[in-house]
Amino acid sequence: MTGAMRGRPGRGRAITGAVLLLLLFLLAFGGPLVSPWGWDDIDFTAFLSPPTAQHWFGTTQSGRDVFALTLRGMQKSLIIGLSVAVLSTGLAAVVGTVAGYLGGWADRALMWGVDLLLVLPSFLVVAVLSPALGGSWQALVALLAAFLWMVTARMVRGMTVSLREREWVLAARFLGVGACRTIVRHVLPHLASLLLVDAAVNVSVAILAESGLSYFGFGVRPPDTSLGTVIAESRGSATVFPWLFGFAAGLLVLIVLAVNLLADGLRDVLDPQLSPVSAAPEPSASGPPGPSGRPDAADGTRAGAGRPAVEGSAG
Amino acid sequence: MAGFLLRRLANYAVLVVLAASLAYVLAACALNPRANLMDRSPRPSASVVETELTRLNLNDRTPLPRRYLTWADGVLHGDFGHTWEGQSVNGEMWRRAWVSLRLLLGGAVLGGVLGVLLGAFGAMRRDRFPDRAATFGSYLLLSVPVFVLAVLLQYTAERVNAMTGARLFAWVGESTPGAGDGTFGGLDAFADRVRHLLLPTLTIAFGQAALYARYQRGLMLDVLGADFVRTARAKGLTRRAALLRHGLRTALIPMTTYFSYTFGMLLLGSMFTEKIFGWHGMGEWLVDSISRGDVNVVAATACFAAVTVLLAGVCSDVLYGILDPRVRTRMR
Repeated sequence: MTGAMRGRPGRGRAITGAVLLLLLFLLAFGGPLVSPWGWDDIDFTAFLSPPTAQHWFGTTQSGRDVFALTLRGMQKSLIIGLSVAVLSTGLAAVVGTVAGYLGGWADRALMWGVDLLLVLPSFLVVAVLSPALGGSWQALVALLAAFLWMVTARMVRGMTVSLREREWVLAARFLGVGACRTIVRHVLPHLASLLLVDAAVNVSVAILAESGLSYFGFGVRPPDTSLGTVIAESRGSATVFPWLFGFAAGLLVLIVLAVNLLADGLRDVLDPQLSPVSAAPEPSASGPPGPSGRPDAADGTRAGAGRPAVEGSAG
Repeated sequence: MAGFLLRRLANYAVLVVLAASLAYVLAACALNPRANLMDRSPRPSASVVETELTRLNLNDRTPLPRRYLTWADGVLHGDFGHTWEGQSVNGEMWRRAWVSLRLLLGGAVLGGVLGVLLGAFGAMRRDRFPDRAATFGSYLLLSVPVFVLAVLLQYTAERVNAMTGARLFAWVGESTPGAGDGTFGGLDAFADRVRHLLLPTLTIAFGQAALYARYQRGLMLDVLGADFVRTARAKGLTRRAALLRHGLRTALIPMTTYFSYTFGMLLLGSMFTEKIFGWHGMGEWLVDSISRGDVNVVAATACFAAVTVLLAGVCSDVLYGILDPRVRTRMR
């Protein structure tokens, strides 16, 4: 009940996430302007120094400023994560809906491609190819995006297959609406919540994958740096020299947390089916089936008639 | 259904062959074992390097198709060639696969069950305290990379060990050498293994549970307002029964895909856990072989990963058929 009173239930989380993300962006791109050290400067007077007024986050074994290094790593992680997520979720949505909606040979060919990419161990291919492609971060983005979309595409396809037989999609098809328009107007909106959750998870997966690859030395290459590289430098001594580990790890966690908050909040805000349900845990209140635009309201009255038609047409 | 699965299996077999071949060709093109061999000390002479590379079928002066055919011929006879040190890949692979499985099974099952329960529970108590706590917990866990989580767990374990004065947790390797020599023999060795298993299992289970809880909660929320749940309630089921019997079952269907694939990929994906906790499993092998330029091992791990993912795919198909009657009728 209270959720409805306060308006959309996810607003708080979405705003918190967005603000947090904005602050992290500001820190990552504005921080280097106020820092006295560049990320590739070496201070020969301070090796492995704990945080001081000179070096706000301390220094590494080779005398590099951890604050500058961490911010540089944040920039890389943020850019890589966002671009990979947009690319891979977009690809998954396109491939999944097209395969599921068209069916037939297009479906088989696309899903076969998905299967082939799925069986290739992505970490292995990215780790082997990224140095061979010159090790630039753009190549890393392309490689990561190319190996992140397949499971979602399969799921999107599965849901499209069942959506295809729903009344409003059938109606659009029988009215002569084209496949492309039907997918965009009548199928994709019903996958929006899935795609959003997926994009959120993909941003975090991409950032984590990038930092993981860099942790092993297969991702962003030295002399450039990413959060994974910074954390890898503390390997084995994280409890002895906590400033090597703590700041980079903490900021990495904060970035992913902010993205997750934002996307999960958005999911609740955007989903039209959620607000009446959340406002009405008791059946008496869920009697009036929400605003008139809801497709489920029409579906509910004809569910009995709709189901046999599905099996008849598919069998 | 059997015919459908057989066709699916044949399709998968082709995919495995393609994937393994692709991985071999990629690795053979991109990796450079020659440089590694040249860096050995004492520095081997050019002819020694040449014969050694040829013997291991790693010589980049042999044309790639020739090397590929030699490798493929071996694989068809069940022989994955030799590692960089000259050992047989086969024996090492089975040993390591077994190590990985021992490590992963507990973590994956624990994480999966915990995650699904937590997600479904959270969705049913939407926006109340348990849901908020579970959601926040899974957010936090999902935002923590494995290599950070492992270090944090190690740190906590160190504190607990220091506080209790006993070695409750151990985090290097799979067992302490000589742990079974005490008075209780096998029992001591078993306890020691469990101690070593605790932290890595928790590392894996935490990450898995958080992931599943989030997906399950989302799927369950989509089902909460569905008409069939309302119908189930209208016929007199309690909310709880309607949601568990009708809602959860429907919401679990898309999860089967995730579950099978995640487990299939876990076998290789546990490299951070294996590296950090010193388990000599498949994940560690893969990382080491890529940095060493050990083409045969890279190809073998790729092949292994392909097979596990495809087995997961078959499982997911079967489960989908069992859980979703619409798919079953379409398969006929």
